[in-house]
Amino acid sequence: MKESSGDRLFNIANITILVIIGIVTLFPLYYVFVVSFATPYEYVEKNGFILFPTEWTLASYKYLLTTSAFMKSTGVSAFLATVGTALSLVVTAGIAFGLSRKRLRGRKIILMLILFTILFNPGIIPQYILVRDLGLINSVWSLILPVLSSGWYVILMKSFFDNIPTELEEAATIDGCNDLGIFFRIVLPLSIPALVAFGLFYAVAYWNTFFNAILFINDFDKVPLQVVLRNMLIDSDTSTSGAAAVEMVSEQQLPAQTIKMAAVVISTLPILLIYPFLQKHFAKGVMLGSVKG
Amino acid sequence: MKVVERKKKRLKLVSDLKRDRYLYLLILPGLLFFIIFKYVPMWGIIISFQDYSPYLGVLKSEWVGFAHFQRFFTNPDFIILFRNTMMISLLNLVFFFPIPIILAILLNEVRSQVFKRSIQSIVYLPHFLSWVIIAGISFLLLSESGGIVNMMMEKLGFSRFDFLTNESTFWYLLVGQNIWKETGWGTIIFLAAVAGVNPALYEAAKMDGASRVRQIWHITLPGIRNVIIVLFILRLGNIMDVGFEQVFLMMNGAVSQVADVFETYVYRNGIQSGQFSYTTAVGLFKSVIGLALVVLANWLAKLFGEEGIY
Repeated sequence: MKESSGDRLFNIANITILVIIGIVTLFPLYYVFVVSFATPYEYVEKNGFILFPTEWTLASYKYLLTTSAFMKSTGVSAFLATVGTALSLVVTAGIAFGLSRKRLRGRKIILMLILFTILFNPGIIPQYILVRDLGLINSVWSLILPVLSSGWYVILMKSFFDNIPTELEEAATIDGCNDLGIFFRIVLPLSIPALVAFGLFYAVAYWNTFFNAILFINDFDKVPLQVVLRNMLIDSDTSTSGAAAVEMVSEQQLPAQTIKMAAVVISTLPILLIYPFLQKHFAKGVMLGSVKG
Repeated sequence: MKVVERKKKRLKLVSDLKRDRYLYLLILPGLLFFIIFKYVPMWGIIISFQDYSPYLGVLKSEWVGFAHFQRFFTNPDFIILFRNTMMISLLNLVFFFPIPIILAILLNEVRSQVFKRSIQSIVYLPHFLSWVIIAGISFLLLSESGGIVNMMMEKLGFSRFDFLTNESTFWYLLVGQNIWKETGWGTIIFLAAVAGVNPALYEAAKMDGASRVRQIWHITLPGIRNVIIVLFILRLGNIMDVGFEQVFLMMNGAVSQVADVFETYVYRNGIQSGQFSYTTAVGLFKSVIGLALVVLANWLAKLFGEEGIY
C-alpha cells in the first residue's frame, strides 16, 4: 500500500522529534567528551564555548592518571565492581535457586522475610549503627556486605529459575546428580543470560557506589571513585554536606574545567565499554520483572 | 494413634531436612545476609524510643517513649521536609511520568529498525551514569558564570540564569535531571506493553482509513491503559521516596529550604551531628508512611486487575 501524505508527514515529524530527543540526550556527554581534550587555555579563551576544540591534547588525562587520589579510588571501585559483583551473584543465585524448589520446607517463610525487606526499610541510622558495631567502618567490606543481595533480584532470579523445565533436573537426578550438581551443572549454565543481566546491574551499582562510602568510609585513602569525583566536580563551597570524607580531596585549588571533564569521561568509560553487552541483556533483565518495576 | 502419627511427622521432617541439606547450604549465605543486614537494623529501630548512648548500647540506654516523635512533629522542619518531599514527587509524577509513555509510542511508530535501535541505545545510556556524574555534568553545563547553557542563552539574547542556586526553580531542576536520566529506561516497560497490542486492530483501523495519530489515540493508548494505570498507582505508593543521592548532591546553601528531604535531614542531624535516636524516629516515620502507601498502592493496582508487586 502506498503511504498517504498524512502518513509521510507523521513519519517526518516523528523522526524529527526522536532525533531532537537523541541530540538532547547526547549533547551533554558529547560536550564533556570534546572539552576534556581541549587545552585549558582554549577553554578560558573561549569562555567554555567549545563545540570542537581547535587543538586536541591529552594533558588532562595525563594529569589525572598521575593523581594518586584518582587512581587509588579507581582501584577501590574496580575491586567493588569485580569482587562485589561475583559475591553478589553467588549469594543471590544460591538463595534464589533454593527458594525455587517447591518441596523445600520453610520456603514460604523465607520468601515472606525477603519480601518484607523490599517493603520496609528501617532507615540509615540503624544501618549505620550495625555497620559500626560490626567494625566495618573504613573497611571496603562496608561497601559490599550491606548491599550483597537485593530482595528484588532474589525474587526475579527465582522466577527465572522457576521457568527452567523440571524434566532436565529429573533426568539429572536419575543420572545421580544431587542438588548441588543440578545447580552448578544444569541450572546455572542455562541461566547465563539472567546471570549476565543481573551481574551487569550489580556491577554498575558497585561502580556507582557513593552514598554508602560517604557514610562508612572516613579514610580518604579508601574511598571509591564517586567520592573523589564529587569532590572534584561539585564546588565544595556551594555544598552544605561536610562529611569527613567529603572535605579531603581538594585542599589544593579546584582542578581546571578540562580536567573535571576528563574525570567524567574516565569514570564513565567502563560503563560505555560494557554497554554493548549490557544492551543485549538488560531489557531481558528488566522484563523478567515485567510490570513489577 | 496420635503419638505414632506425630512421630511419623517428625521423622518425615528430619528426613526432608536431610534430603535438602544442599539446598539449605545454598540458601544459607543469602539468608544470613537478609537477617544480619536487613532484620538486625529493624531491631535497631527501638532506639527511636530511647535516648541512645553509644556507650550504653541499645539494651541499657534510657527509655523516653514517644518524646522524639513529639519533638519532630512540633518542629517547623517537619512541615518543610514533608512539603519538599511531596512537591518533588508530585512534580515528577506530573512532568516525568508521561514522557516515557510518549517516547515509547513514538519509538513504536518508527519503521526503520536500525534507527529505532540507535535512538534506544542513546536514550537508555544516562540511566547507567551515577548521580555524582549527572550532578557534576549539571554543574559544568549550567553554572551561571561558565556553563555552556548560559553562554548559549546569552548569545541568543537572553540574560544569564542561575539554575543551580535558585530556590524558585530548584524542584524543576531535579525533575529535569530525572527526565534526562530515566526517560529512556522508563520506555522499556511501555514498549513491551505496546508490542503486546493486537496487530489486527491496526489493520482494521487502516481499512477504515484511520490516520496514524488516530490509531495511536484509539488503539495504542487504550491498549496500554492498564499498564499505565498500574505504574501510576505504584509510583503514587512510592511518593515518599525522592532520589536521595540526587537531592543530596544538588543541595546547596541557597536552596536548602526547598531541597531538604527526610533522608538528607536524617543524614545531617544523625550521622553528622550524632542525634541518633531523634533521627531514627524521623526515618521510622518516613518508612512507616512509605510502607502503608506501598501496600495501599499495591492493593489498588490489584483492584485494576494487575499483578501488583507482590
